[in-house]
Amino acid sequence: MTRAVHQSTPHDSASLHVAGSARYIDDIPEPPGTLHVYVAQSPHAHAKLITLDLEAVKRAPDVVAVLTAQDIPGTNDCSPVMGDDPVFISSHALYCGQSLFAVAARSRDAARRAASLAVAQWEPLPALLTIEDAMAAESYVLDTRTLERGDVDHALQNAEHTLSERFHIGGQDHFYLEGQACLVVPSEDGGVHVRSSTQHPTEVQHTVAKVLGLADHAVTCEVRRMGGGFGGKESQPALFASIAALVAHHTGKPAKVRLDRDDDMVMTGKRHDFRVDFTVGFDASGVIAGVDVVHAVRCGMSADLSAAIADRAVFHADNCYHLPAARIRSFRCLTHTVSNTAFRGFGGPQGMLGMEQIIAAVAAHLGLDPLEVRRRNFYRPGADTTPYGMVVEDFVADQIVDELADSADYSERRAAIVAYNASDAAAATGIRRGIALTPVKFGISFTTTHLNQAGALVQLYSDGSVLLNHGGTEMGQGLHIKVAQVVAEVFGIALDRVRPSSTRTDKVPNTSATAASSGSDLNGMAALRAAETIRDRLAVVAAERFNCAPEDLTFADGTVSCADQHLPFDALVKAAYLARVSLSATGFYATPKIHYDAERFQGRPFYYFAYGAAISEVSVDTLTGEYRVDRVDILHDAGRSLNPAIDLGQVEGGFIQGMGWLTTEELWWDSAGRLRTHAPSTYKIPTAGDRPRDVRMALWDQGENREDTVHKSKAVGEPPLMLAISVLQALQEAIWAESSQAGMLLDSPATPERLLMALASQHNE
Amino acid sequence: MNQPTTRQGVAFLLNGERVDLESIPPTLTLLNWLRDTQRLTGTKEGCAEGDCGACSVVVAEWIDGDLRYRAINACIVFVATLDAKAVITVEHLSQFGALHPVQRNLVEQHGSQCGFCTPGIVMSLFARVQNRDKQPLEDTLAGNLCRCTGYGPILDAANAVDADFAHAMFEPQHQHLRRELATLQHDEHITLEHPEGSFFAPRTTAELARLLQRHPDATLLAGGTDVGLWVTKQQQTFEVLISTARLNGMNAVKREAGWLEIGAACTYSDALQALGELHPAIKALVRRIGSTQIRNSGTVVGNIANGSPIGDMPPALIALDASVVLEREEGTRELALQDYFIDYGKQAIERGEFVRAIQVPPLDSRAHVGCYKISKRFEQDISAVSAGFYLELDSDGRVVEIRLAYGGMAATPKRAIHTEQALRGSVFNEASVIGALSALDTDFTPLSDWRASARYRKLVAGNLLRKFAREVATGQSIDLWPASETPS
Ligand SMILES: Cc1cc2nc3c(=O)[nH]c(=O)nc-3n(C[C@H](O)[C@H](O)[C@H](O)COP(=O)(O)OP(=O)(O)OC[C@H]3O[C@@H](n4cnc5c(N)ncnc54)[C@H](O)[C@@H]3O)c2cc1C
Ligand code: FES
Ligand code: FES
Repeated sequence: MTRAVHQSTPHDSASLHVAGSARYIDDIPEPPGTLHVYVAQSPHAHAKLITLDLEAVKRAPDVVAVLTAQDIPGTNDCSPVMGDDPVFISSHALYCGQSLFAVAARSRDAARRAASLAVAQWEPLPALLTIEDAMAAESYVLDTRTLERGDVDHALQNAEHTLSERFHIGGQDHFYLEGQACLVVPSEDGGVHVRSSTQHPTEVQHTVAKVLGLADHAVTCEVRRMGGGFGGKESQPALFASIAALVAHHTGKPAKVRLDRDDDMVMTGKRHDFRVDFTVGFDASGVIAGVDVVHAVRCGMSADLSAAIADRAVFHADNCYHLPAARIRSFRCLTHTVSNTAFRGFGGPQGMLGMEQIIAAVAAHLGLDPLEVRRRNFYRPGADTTPYGMVVEDFVADQIVDELADSADYSERRAAIVAYNASDAAAATGIRRGIALTPVKFGISFTTTHLNQAGALVQLYSDGSVLLNHGGTEMGQGLHIKVAQVVAEVFGIALDRVRPSSTRTDKVPNTSATAASSGSDLNGMAALRAAETIRDRLAVVAAERFNCAPEDLTFADGTVSCADQHLPFDALVKAAYLARVSLSATGFYATPKIHYDAERFQGRPFYYFAYGAAISEVSVDTLTGEYRVDRVDILHDAGRSLNPAIDLGQVEGGFIQGMGWLTTEELWWDSAGRLRTHAPSTYKIPTAGDRPRDVRMALWDQGENREDTVHKSKAVGEPPLMLAISVLQALQEAIWAESSQAGMLLDSPATPERLLMALASQHNE
Repeated sequence: MNQPTTRQGVAFLLNGERVDLESIPPTLTLLNWLRDTQRLTGTKEGCAEGDCGACSVVVAEWIDGDLRYRAINACIVFVATLDAKAVITVEHLSQFGALHPVQRNLVEQHGSQCGFCTPGIVMSLFARVQNRDKQPLEDTLAGNLCRCTGYGPILDAANAVDADFAHAMFEPQHQHLRRELATLQHDEHITLEHPEGSFFAPRTTAELARLLQRHPDATLLAGGTDVGLWVTKQQQTFEVLISTARLNGMNAVKREAGWLEIGAACTYSDALQALGELHPAIKALVRRIGSTQIRNSGTVVGNIANGSPIGDMPPALIALDASVVLEREEGTRELALQDYFIDYGKQAIERGEFVRAIQVPPLDSRAHVGCYKISKRFEQDISAVSAGFYLELDSDGRVVEIRLAYGGMAATPKRAIHTEQALRGSVFNEASVIGALSALDTDFTPLSDWRASARYRKLVAGNLLRKFAREVATGQSIDLWPASETPS
């Protein structure tokens, strides 16, 4: 029997991608009369708007409409949760780049030129730009939250050793290759059809309805694919969809917003930067007795999704380690900078990096191999409860780490590197090397419990072909092909008989964002159920014809069989149609077992954990701070992978993206609060040449989800990003080899400058 | 050559079909024309500044009786400059239903995820295959960002392409392009008139000088890798734009008695061979300028003429004691390159003048040369600091001649005169360098910006000199990753 799942099938759009025929929003043929919209922005980080004179803008050539906060028929808000993200500034600018007004013109250029003719008067106000500013001013966008378990003060006081350190973790721009884009076509009855590059069509639908003052049913949002999302198209597209919809609403014409890269980077939120302070108490063998951790999280000017993101950082502040006593405080800083948002890992990476830095500091302090310290603190039977009270039932990080350390010769290589670093050759060239192994344990499920639901619509046509629709969106992660595989498996038909289609709010309503790595877990299950519903109906028809019990039927290789009786699947479908059997069905799934008391920070917020581990080896030029990642070994648990090639793609892509976050990708704001690294010329994501020359990756062959997920697979979208923490750890090891003062924690991103300045400051001490 | 005549408009091939354009805005970019006018939307915009490669297309040019295929960034190339060339977009590769081997391998190796970078990657790899280009793959792809894949599957796909098969498959199109392009070659000057501005592409330097005399405020355009951004990022328009790209004989490096003369229209790609033969350090430097696409368009002269304090060529060329040849109607003059840079935004060029060429003297085989570029990212980044060092030692290891030129340390590319002074006559080693470093503080007061802090710039500038001393001592360059000559 040929199986559809667990196969390395290419992405369903791959042959369109390579031919240039896969359409993204800006590629869709524009309906006649389409207007192009430019969004004008605040030049100030914090200022009061005194006057805004748009006469010259309106008179500029080819301009059709100019819209401000006054032109909003509904609510001037496009926030996902808290009601604090205005579509247009009405009185105060809260960040540099905030949307002020929109110009709709017959061409992109005309709109952009016209926008520059506006005359605005501002009264600049003092701006809080950094975490330090906000903490000093006690400026918070959300309440401070504390997770506490055990008697932390007692544990720290009685520990053999304690260490206190502070370090900073930089943010990250998503740099999806396709910028934010949206095309809105007004419909005959005052509604709108919105095509948006969004991970969250339902939220776009609901926001547009709210802004236009319409019922949700008057707005349809559709997305076929995104040119990358990574979390940056979860809450962010709502603003641009709202603006395009406003233009369509006011002019009766189709309207398109497609951001230039610089505007995109200036206007949209990023990964949260963190300042982490910790005190850790531990014994002489490196076993941790307690930690006191403070996260200061830069949320920016509004809440956006920061509550859940900062929470997830707290949930991952343990990573793979048992913390008998722990206090994790999380300050959600309000600053006059763009509102930070979801980004692959959603706070998890920062929380986890904080813990790995604690381990690094402990190991350096004791002069131990950090891997030893990691192992000594792993969750284990009897020490298997997280600070938030969830029992880690499926812990496999220890096994994965052992296997990886073994297959990658970690100990031998580490010994060789230690010897090399002490050699004359190293002294002569100034090149130092470092190696580090870090594990990942990542909780799967939205921590906002109600979001863990999904719907699907499966339509079987009378020729036996299947049109598949579900609430998940395709951003390159291969969700559509995986869900199609699941459906093909149910019917026992060839994969090319199942066609994934656009995600549309008029087909599957009330969906959650495609986020939290949950895409295939949730939508795969919903589609599985829809397909099974239809198969069960078909089975009744077939059982009647074969005169057997429905349970005795098999659906495989395009044939339905019972013992030695066979019928082509397509023929059965035809027969069912003639017998007036419904051939379409919806499916619905809600993740079981999860519960979580947000007030007390206790419960089981995650259905299960995904695991992985990576070893990175680096070389650092200690004269310049330049470095290279020479080799990486990865072993990652995707459960019983639905599609190993697609999952490995997530592993590698996530690792490299995480490496970028921690190395070359630096967000740099000037003292006026303007982002100065707002284009690829100044913001440097990894290139092909940054990929380590030696990459050895594998999915863990023993991987199998112990929970009842779709075909025992595990989510894989986000967890691999955190494998890149090994790169930062390896760089740190290399730097520490240069110095007698090992233990000074690196801030990220670890640019060549940061490395050299770290070396320099150590030399001076 | 007879006095060339002038023709109005440009003619080129788009995916094998002839296109004649008489009047277009001089700054209309190829990307906007493809997407908005031709509705060829396979070519994507990811940045509109030459940095991401999503807009990569291939341009075939008629060179010495054959075609040369090169990937370029359509987002910053003006349609007006395409005369007599053939533009190939991703749509052309699979036009007969069958995918090109580059495309097929990308599918089979899972080389696309979101697919937005993919057409650009296809075109970069197509150019590589079609040109039988042997540079390391990471050089081919340095200008193609992919945010999804981590590149592994793309490299696998590239390595799996059977070049002979790919050539055979593209042969009919190749022959067609050859035939058609042959008919488009000519020696005329070009003008384009449009309400937004005029465009000239003279064929001779004499005509260029005449045009500049007539339009002293004209903007000169070479490869457009700077000028293109003024258009896409600042919405600039130009009353008169004059391109040097068609200047006959100016697109190559001439060699005479050991001297190199790099013509005004000579791109990095065209100059790489000759410059690289001068010294491996220069070759390594040129390869790190921009990306393959940028090097295919951008010129060495443009890097000088723009007067930027952070251009990579000036420090190296100043160290090599290069000079600039300036031309105008009245005649030509020569100037030491280091004297060309007067202050930020101010160069020793008069109205009506243009840079005709850069001249590089022969390099003594006993001389020591070091070129360094410090940037956040190794590939395709603008320097925080760049340095070009030239050193001659006597038999006792004492400094006879020394030129230490830096970029990113001052308002112009500049020599470290005091540091040179401190080292001249002394034995050159790391200890003497360390002793001389305090003079660097006299030479430079760098700024802090998003590329680097002043402190780092100072520290690393000195350390580069220490690194040079170590390299001179051992005769070995210190590289984290020695550049691989063969494709990886
Ligand atoms: C993505 C990207 C990456 C880059 N990377 C690098 C890098 O790594 N290192 C680096 O140094 N630069 C880099 N640059 C900048 C640019 O590529 C170089 O400065 C290039 O050499 C400019 O040459 P061009 O032919 O494109 O010049 P153009 O853009 O055509 O012109 C540049 C300037 O020179 C003037 N000019 C041109 N020709 C003449 C002439 N004959 N006489 C007088 N004036 C003239 C023009 O008017 C203009 O002011 C990069 C640019 C981009 C877009
Ligand atoms: S669009 Fe990014 S390089 Fe042209
Ligand atoms: S596949 Fe998404 S950017 Fe390359």
